[in-house]
Amino acid sequence: MNRHLISAADLSKQDALLILDTAEELARVADRPIKKLPTLRGRTVVNLFFEDSTRTRISFEAAAKRLSADVINFAVKGSSVAKGESLKDTALTLEAMGSDAVVVRHGASGAPHRLAGWVRGSVINAGDGAHEHPTQALLDAFTIRRRFGRGSGEALDGLRVTIVGDVLHSRVARSNVWLLHQLGAEVALVAPPTLLPIAIGDWPCAVSYDLDAALPKSDVVMMLRIQQERMNAAYFPSVREYSRRYGLDAARLRQLPDEAIVMHPGPMNRGVEIAAEVADSPRSTIVEQVANGVSVRMAVLYLLLGGLEAVQ
Amino acid sequence: MARAAHPAGGQPGTGGDRATAPGPGGQGGTSAPHRQAHPKTVLEAAEIQRALTRIAHEIIERTRGAEQVVLLGIPTRGVPLAARLAARITQVEDRPLPHGSLDITMYRDDLRLRPARGLGPTKVPAEGIDGKTVVLVDDVLYSGRTVRAALDALNDLGRPLAVQLAVLVDRGHRELPIRADYVGKNLPTSQQEVVRVLLAETDGEDAVLLEPVGGTSRPRRGGVTGSRGGATGRRR
Repeated sequence: MNRHLISAADLSKQDALLILDTAEELARVADRPIKKLPTLRGRTVVNLFFEDSTRTRISFEAAAKRLSADVINFAVKGSSVAKGESLKDTALTLEAMGSDAVVVRHGASGAPHRLAGWVRGSVINAGDGAHEHPTQALLDAFTIRRRFGRGSGEALDGLRVTIVGDVLHSRVARSNVWLLHQLGAEVALVAPPTLLPIAIGDWPCAVSYDLDAALPKSDVVMMLRIQQERMNAAYFPSVREYSRRYGLDAARLRQLPDEAIVMHPGPMNRGVEIAAEVADSPRSTIVEQVANGVSVRMAVLYLLLGGLEAVQ
Repeated sequence: MARAAHPAGGQPGTGGDRATAPGPGGQGGTSAPHRQAHPKTVLEAAEIQRALTRIAHEIIERTRGAEQVVLLGIPTRGVPLAARLAARITQVEDRPLPHGSLDITMYRDDLRLRPARGLGPTKVPAEGIDGKTVVLVDDVLYSGRTVRAALDALNDLGRPLAVQLAVLVDRGHRELPIRADYVGKNLPTSQQEVVRVLLAETDGEDAVLLEPVGGTSRPRRGGVTGSRGGATGRRR
């Protein structure tokens, strides 16, 4: 394992499986009367969120607290960043306060990578721009592996995963493509051409524009959120038209194979990319994904912080 | 299966088939640390079986029929040992005995001395441990730190009536006030030596070997705090 977790593309299959297997054991802590382990006692984890987030920040906070780490939530609003402090100065401040890990979310792709060069502790990317969100991909892989009854040590070989929607702005899609491919799954992207990045040809996945053709060949359908806050151009004619062509409704759900599951990284736009009845169906893993997120983030924090500090 | 690195001239009678080797009297597993280079077999398959059978009977005797007993093995090799003990007690008492595993990695006191490692399974029987007599099972008792960690881990799982400890080998050199209730073999060792327990479930054969450091095993990691750590993957 590296000292940092910046990108899912940095993880070898072995690293990824170690994280998933560790998460599998740590998930049991949630069933115990005392949901706490002493492992990271005396370590400090800083949540540094430059973008709004509820579930990811709370998930990291819960994970760190279950491992007995001290958590400092650095809300950018009302901080000196709002007064114009640079990322580097913020990093040095955290460093001086003795943080062992920084969980960072930033609007600019590459910010966690820069941060990693400035601090001595571990940097965990909790989403940077349209680049990566590796822990989301790990928890998605974990959820898929559990739903398909595969246990510790097993990868995702042979499973067909279709990722649908706004790939262009989605760090979740990018991290998932690399990680799921590394774990042996066949990944396909389905999106309107305007919502695909230019360099998509280099990604290890298939690309198509027709959702109805892809559904019967999918074991997993991952719906992406339409990121209205990043829609600074006319990517599709109207939300209604997008929803009709790329939204997952009850009729489309019936086209899926019987054991197929529906995923969504949240937060959902019900009625846009996913119909309410699909989101609430037993095929949907959306609530599980949130619970699994805590286990996976515990595994990441433990593996990065729990042992001897890696050399270099 | 058969280990090629056998003490060729060291011990008469053990060069060939170890199943017919002379009894423990001739083995002299407790003799002073011997000359270097070859691992020495201190317990053979049949002796391990006998030791486990004896421990099983002792558990039954000391807990008055093992009615409220739960066996928890400490991964890796404590787990198959706990399963074997449970099977023997089941045979004698004619009633299933709950057994499981208790991983102590997250409770270790030397986590920061080595890179983070993967976790073993923790499987507590459905009955739980509240009000039961928990017998912790491990392969080797050495510094006692593993057992200390296990006691902490148990504390987070429930409140047993009593906790006891069963080990296959007690090699001495305790660093904490901990002792075993059931011991397969007391094995006086030098801190320079490594005790290796092999079990059919994990290693394909049953044997307990005493190896000089730097012999057939990986070299120990040096350092002030962990001079004994890491040898052949043995936890201390």
